[in-house]
Amino acid sequence: MDPAVVDLSRLQFALTALYHFLFVPLTLGLSFMLVIMESVYVMTKRPIWRTTTRFWGTLFGINFVLGVATGLTMEFQFGMNWSYYSHYVGDIFGAPLAIEGLMAFFLEATFVGLMFFGWDRLKPVQHLLVTFLVALGTNLSALWILVANGWMQNPVGAAFNPDTLRMEVTDFRAVLFNPVAQAKFVHTVSAGYTIAAVFVLGVSAFYLLKGRYVSVAKRSLTVAAAFGLASSLSVVVLGDESGYALTDNQKMKLAALEAMWETEPAPAGLTAFGIPSLADRKTHAEIKIPYVLGLIATRSLDRPVAGIFELVAQAQTRIESGVVAYDALEKLKANPQDLAARGVFETHRRDLGYALLLKRHVADPRQADLALIQKTAWDTVPNVPVMFWSFRIMAGVGFLMIALFATAFVLVTLRRHDTRWFLMLAVAAIPLPWISTELGWVLAEVGRQPWAVEGVLPTFLAPSSLSVPQILTSIVVFTLLYGALAVVEVGLILRTIKKGPFAEQEAFPAGQAAPAGEAVA
Amino acid sequence: MELPLDYPTLRLIWWGLLGVLLIGFAVTDGYDMGVGALLPFVARTDEERRMVINTVGATWEGNQVWFITGGASIFAAWPLVYGVSFSGFYLAIFAVLVAMILRPVGFKYRSKRPDPRWRTFWDWALFTGSFVPVLVFGVAVGNVLQGAPFKLDGDLRATYHGAFFGLFTPFTLVCGLLSVAMLVLHGAAWLGIKAEEGVVGDRARRFGAGAGIATLALFLVGGLLATRLGFRIEGAFDPAAPSNPLRTATVAAPGAWFDNFGRHPWMLVAPLMGFGGAILALAGLWRRSAVLAFGGSSASAAGIVATVGLSMFPFILPSTIDPRSSLTVWNASSSHLTLFIMLIVVAVLMPVVLLYTAWVFKVLWGRTSTAALKTDPALY
Repeated sequence: MDPAVVDLSRLQFALTALYHFLFVPLTLGLSFMLVIMESVYVMTKRPIWRTTTRFWGTLFGINFVLGVATGLTMEFQFGMNWSYYSHYVGDIFGAPLAIEGLMAFFLEATFVGLMFFGWDRLKPVQHLLVTFLVALGTNLSALWILVANGWMQNPVGAAFNPDTLRMEVTDFRAVLFNPVAQAKFVHTVSAGYTIAAVFVLGVSAFYLLKGRYVSVAKRSLTVAAAFGLASSLSVVVLGDESGYALTDNQKMKLAALEAMWETEPAPAGLTAFGIPSLADRKTHAEIKIPYVLGLIATRSLDRPVAGIFELVAQAQTRIESGVVAYDALEKLKANPQDLAARGVFETHRRDLGYALLLKRHVADPRQADLALIQKTAWDTVPNVPVMFWSFRIMAGVGFLMIALFATAFVLVTLRRHDTRWFLMLAVAAIPLPWISTELGWVLAEVGRQPWAVEGVLPTFLAPSSLSVPQILTSIVVFTLLYGALAVVEVGLILRTIKKGPFAEQEAFPAGQAAPAGEAVA
Repeated sequence: MELPLDYPTLRLIWWGLLGVLLIGFAVTDGYDMGVGALLPFVARTDEERRMVINTVGATWEGNQVWFITGGASIFAAWPLVYGVSFSGFYLAIFAVLVAMILRPVGFKYRSKRPDPRWRTFWDWALFTGSFVPVLVFGVAVGNVLQGAPFKLDGDLRATYHGAFFGLFTPFTLVCGLLSVAMLVLHGAAWLGIKAEEGVVGDRARRFGAGAGIATLALFLVGGLLATRLGFRIEGAFDPAAPSNPLRTATVAAPGAWFDNFGRHPWMLVAPLMGFGGAILALAGLWRRSAVLAFGGSSASAAGIVATVGLSMFPFILPSTIDPRSSLTVWNASSSHLTLFIMLIVVAVLMPVVLLYTAWVFKVLWGRTSTAALKTDPALY
């Protein structure tokens, strides 16, 4: 593979995936906040709650379409830019994507139209059900995507088939109930709920600061405070669960995000600060909190946490075993009836991926000498400083969010909706959770490198055989198109916020949108 | 584990399901795209355009999932087909993608500002987002029928040996235009059902009539040109063999795309539906029978898609440069277990999807009118 093609394919995937995930989490969370607000409307029958729901629904819609539009890219891209990956793992990886389409996309896309157009055609309870089904659809979609992504992190329930030269499902239940996928799903949707709560909190705080639309803003702030407190707590707790899942399945990722070079004797300490250096293979100026990592990672005080040096040594053993598998596979390719080779392959099959790592340095892994194998074993270490800092910023923002919502919750309970310093803080906090979630994905995906599928397929083998000009064309056009759409989207959101929750009723005084007796507070 | 359905049967079923999803896409999202392609021509004023947009505004999104699910199903059931075609036709698929990104945005954002330049911009974005994908899909199908210049190496890594402009030949252009004509006819027929009667409906009928005649002519010309195309599998093969194209050999055989119709005459139903449906649609437009027109255009689109699939069987994507790389129903599928599990998933979920989709269409039933634009704040 041309290294430029690999790098550009990765760049394009990173750009489009991170961009897509600007919109998705708001959709995930805001859809359920709409369900909450509309439930209050259905229960109390007070028109102000209908106005509130419809207002946030308008903002939801502006955001939702960009999630839909940019999601299309994600699905096309595996085939367009990662065709060898698609062949190699499509037997497993394609299934959750197809189920996502059938179970989640149909649901959200079919009902989202009715959610916007059905206010006057449905009874309030029916409409609430429609809103709920949209929320359910978006969240189910996240479930299946994370089952797919979880499998890339921890490829359970599959084995390489030497006849078809690809990975195939052996146990679908294991793919479905992959502990990494489960932990990632709850962590990711909680992050989405937190983003939505921060968005609603911030916009409502802006109205309260300006003294506009107070009736809608106070109610929204209350919903956001409660919803946000629950979700920010769960995002941190479930993130910790994600970390626990890592200790069994992705030890290297954990060691890298902790910049932990040597194996820590039990109970391991957590590095609060440090300057990790890839060149020196050590972390300078470390400040450690004793016991904490051991507790998080092993839920015990007596089990050690493996460090990078130890894991690299293990990788070296697996590369050596993988070369044996590779040799047997080449014999099987020449003669599928070679039973001796098939037996050898079975024994070493699970290390085949490690032999493929050698292909970055040598065309035929069987030609690699010990020095090259040792060098390649170090390829299994992801970018430690990026991991170290992404994790600390992500987790730091997570704790800030808990503090923000705890404060909000106390103030709302005391009916102190007019606390100016807090309202200003709430507006300023709007971008923070987005930074945190984007870094969460950096952590998950950079932390998996050098693998596209952990231990199975190295990233540098996964792209399509494209030319550099082809990929440059798509990157440039994506950048321009996505940039323009971002400007338009933010512009429309600001415009809608400026016009306020009652704009619809003012524009259509005779319509159903203006229930009688509703006054601008 | 012994599965209740054998591998060849499952491969056959999944080939059929691929057809069902593609036909589902053509018949549902197809009319949305036809309406989008007609938008700037059948509707001149802002009010008319809003009315036309709202004939599909609430339902196009669900319809488009046929396309998304179709793509994901190819990934799940035919991973090599997905990887080889999407990467081989890279820039063409990219053009489709860019166009289709404009579509959801166009629907949602157009009505957000009253500025006429803003609205005209999104009208053309909607046109592009409908016309370009339809054209490119047709061209792509043409290329599949012709065979594509790709090669699989010993690790089944695909390389493509053609250029972007190589995708456009007289035959593939006929296929592209046929795709446009067939879906413009379908879109015009939909406007007959959903748009209020009047000047827009009259224009749509005129465009629809032209598109219907073009569909008939282009389908015929495409069929004549296709007599020079075709491939055959050489020698014996095992339909239950592991999915590895390197173990089968194929050969170009001009005219072979017509073999299946000779061997199984019932398959002629598909091309007959293609022609007959278009004729019925024309009659429906002429007699102002919206139901006849829409039924006819649906049958025509389904028949034309089915004709392509049936004529190529068991080929899915033949290679023009390497006889060992051609992808067929018997050598490019997912594993036996994956096909079985996915079949169960489809069997459980598809009826549910159809049921609630029908309910949503029932709730939203009725013509859109320009009068409603003044009272309903939800409309685009």
